[in-house]
Amino acid sequence: MKDEKPLYIPRRQIIRGIIASTAFGVTSQLWTGCTPSEPTTTDTTATPPASGSELTIGFIFVGPKDDFGYNQSHFQGQGVISQLAGVKTVDEANVPETATVQETMLSMINQNGATVLFPTSFGYFDPHILKIAKENPTVQFLHCGGMYKEGVHPTNVGSYYGYIDEAEYISGIVAALTTKSGKLGFVAAKPIPQVLRNINSYTLGARSVNPTATVQVIFTGDWSIPVKEAEAANSMVDQGVDVMTCHVDSPKVVIETAEKRKIFCTGYHVDQSQLAPNGFLTGSEWNWGKVYTTYVEQVKAGKTLADGGIPHLVRGGLKEEFCKLSSYGSAVTDATKKEADAVLAKFMDGTMVIYAGEIKDNTGKIVIAKDKKLMQTDPTLEKMDWLVEGVVGKIG
Amino acid sequence: MAAETADWLGVPLAIIGGTLRGSAPFLFVSLGECLTEKSGKINLGLEGTLLTGAMSAYAVSYLTGSPWLGVLAAGVAGLCLGAIHAWLSQRSGVSDVAVGIAMIVFGSGIAFFFGKAFIQPQAPQLPIFEFGAWSNYPPLQSALQVSPLLLIGIAIAPIMQWFFKSTRWGLYVRAVGDSPSAARAMGISVFWVRFLAITIGSFLSAIGGACLSLYYPGIWSENISSGQGLMAVALVIFARWQPMQCLWAALLFGGAQAIGPALQSVGVTSFRYLFNASPYIFTLIIMIITCSPKRTLAGSPGALGTNE
Repeated sequence: MKDEKPLYIPRRQIIRGIIASTAFGVTSQLWTGCTPSEPTTTDTTATPPASGSELTIGFIFVGPKDDFGYNQSHFQGQGVISQLAGVKTVDEANVPETATVQETMLSMINQNGATVLFPTSFGYFDPHILKIAKENPTVQFLHCGGMYKEGVHPTNVGSYYGYIDEAEYISGIVAALTTKSGKLGFVAAKPIPQVLRNINSYTLGARSVNPTATVQVIFTGDWSIPVKEAEAANSMVDQGVDVMTCHVDSPKVVIETAEKRKIFCTGYHVDQSQLAPNGFLTGSEWNWGKVYTTYVEQVKAGKTLADGGIPHLVRGGLKEEFCKLSSYGSAVTDATKKEADAVLAKFMDGTMVIYAGEIKDNTGKIVIAKDKKLMQTDPTLEKMDWLVEGVVGKIG
Repeated sequence: MAAETADWLGVPLAIIGGTLRGSAPFLFVSLGECLTEKSGKINLGLEGTLLTGAMSAYAVSYLTGSPWLGVLAAGVAGLCLGAIHAWLSQRSGVSDVAVGIAMIVFGSGIAFFFGKAFIQPQAPQLPIFEFGAWSNYPPLQSALQVSPLLLIGIAIAPIMQWFFKSTRWGLYVRAVGDSPSAARAMGISVFWVRFLAITIGSFLSAIGGACLSLYYPGIWSENISSGQGLMAVALVIFARWQPMQCLWAALLFGGAQAIGPALQSVGVTSFRYLFNASPYIFTLIIMIITCSPKRTLAGSPGALGTNE
């Protein structure tokens, strides 16, 4: 045996190896993919609808449905509309943003008879939703993120998104009134406009009540890397940060780390008060149930996206109930509650403007001129690429 | 200003803290892989074992309320996966690398499938030793919180070194790894020595998974390992198959994870991507420095990578 060349591997062995690993890969992939992919049916219609026709709505999530984060917020929305009479919902979780989601959408349309689809993840839109929407013009595709463009995308596609930064602004107020060190911490995934807007609104809220407060930002680089999120949270606590929040897929690690280190925190996506019974102040929650209910009513009334009955772009904030504030935790004082509630009331009657000049970014450049007011609906806010004065951190 | 000095003092402290917090999984997986490779087989599937270990530890800790039972459950899960790899990779004509890749997919598949129900609940965590209690400086206190599992891992490294060097069983493992035919001539069962080395190695790496889910970061999520199992395999090559060097390498890798966030927290934001990628860059550099087409590495078990 020793006279063989050192790197000699028989061809048969290589082929066998490749076949074996492929077979293993395929079977185990099927196995993991299969069980969740039988769409679970939530049939909650107690009484059959008078019309006899049941509306089937499909939900697709990129991650698990109970992650205390983005996916859970949509799953809660699904829970709300599955209670409505004459509505049946089907769902599938852990669907990657690849051609797999096209298969999922097709099986929901063809096998479950879904006529409305909510593929909730940002990356599903282009090209997956666009392709399937073109092939199935009678199905309504509603996507979270606000990427629909008139004339470019199929007319049976609609986009919705919420101005959750309004709730972040109030969270910032509560945080700044609670902090003792004047240092707030923000664990962020990636420097994209949606994230930057939340950081900026949080900071503006904080500095509206405490002009010397600073917000330390750490970008982890991805939506879900638990070890780095925990590391970011810990190193900020070491730097004296005593209120922490985050914008990542699942805030569980950050909130739990904050609680372990005995500091305060504000939540994101859904209510996280049970994760931090001592330190939880408040948080920004999505309220998709309200948004989805409106859609269901419109579809039931016979309206479609294509005929213009359902608007292609839907946006809203606290006032429109697209998002809400988590109930205050035990650590929030009455004076703080009062101040936060006053601002909340201003958001509710529509008089509150977050981005009112003059606003400087954290390099000292004026980004919004004096006397200029950018309303929430202003499209320039959706292209935000700066961090406001008071944020410690850099995008680049 | 006092606050300013505290800021900069915080960086090395955060890195030390990060090292103590984050290196345990690297340590266990690399020790497990070291034992496995010493016997002449490679187990790439430890990434899957790590995930399965993390999931079973979290699940059992949640269901029984005892984190130590969780650690035990992780070990048992590791033994099972290890036994599968040990048996499959020793069939005639089967490549251990191919089986290892299949085991990554299999292990993570099992973990994701059974782990679904445990993403949301909070499981009881392992107790920690407060070595910083003498200090009244909170960052130091938190940096010196050490998990008992890390101490166990640190103890295992010299024991394993001694095991290889000075015990009869250690000699058997080395003999099987260096020259299976000589081992056979000595009357050693190559199959069973490798079987044991692989299963015990897998047991250790599953304990590494328990560190992830029951100590730091202390949750179960499908992204919990972020490739640490695979990095630990590369780390064994870096450590030249020496358990003690595995310990230093694991500490280095654990510390590297903390560099990026620690520097960002004091406002050093340039080269953020570079710092965040530092563990991967370390791995690459190691591979480049240590690989050579002309010779095998000093310390590399002779039968490694052959199908003897």
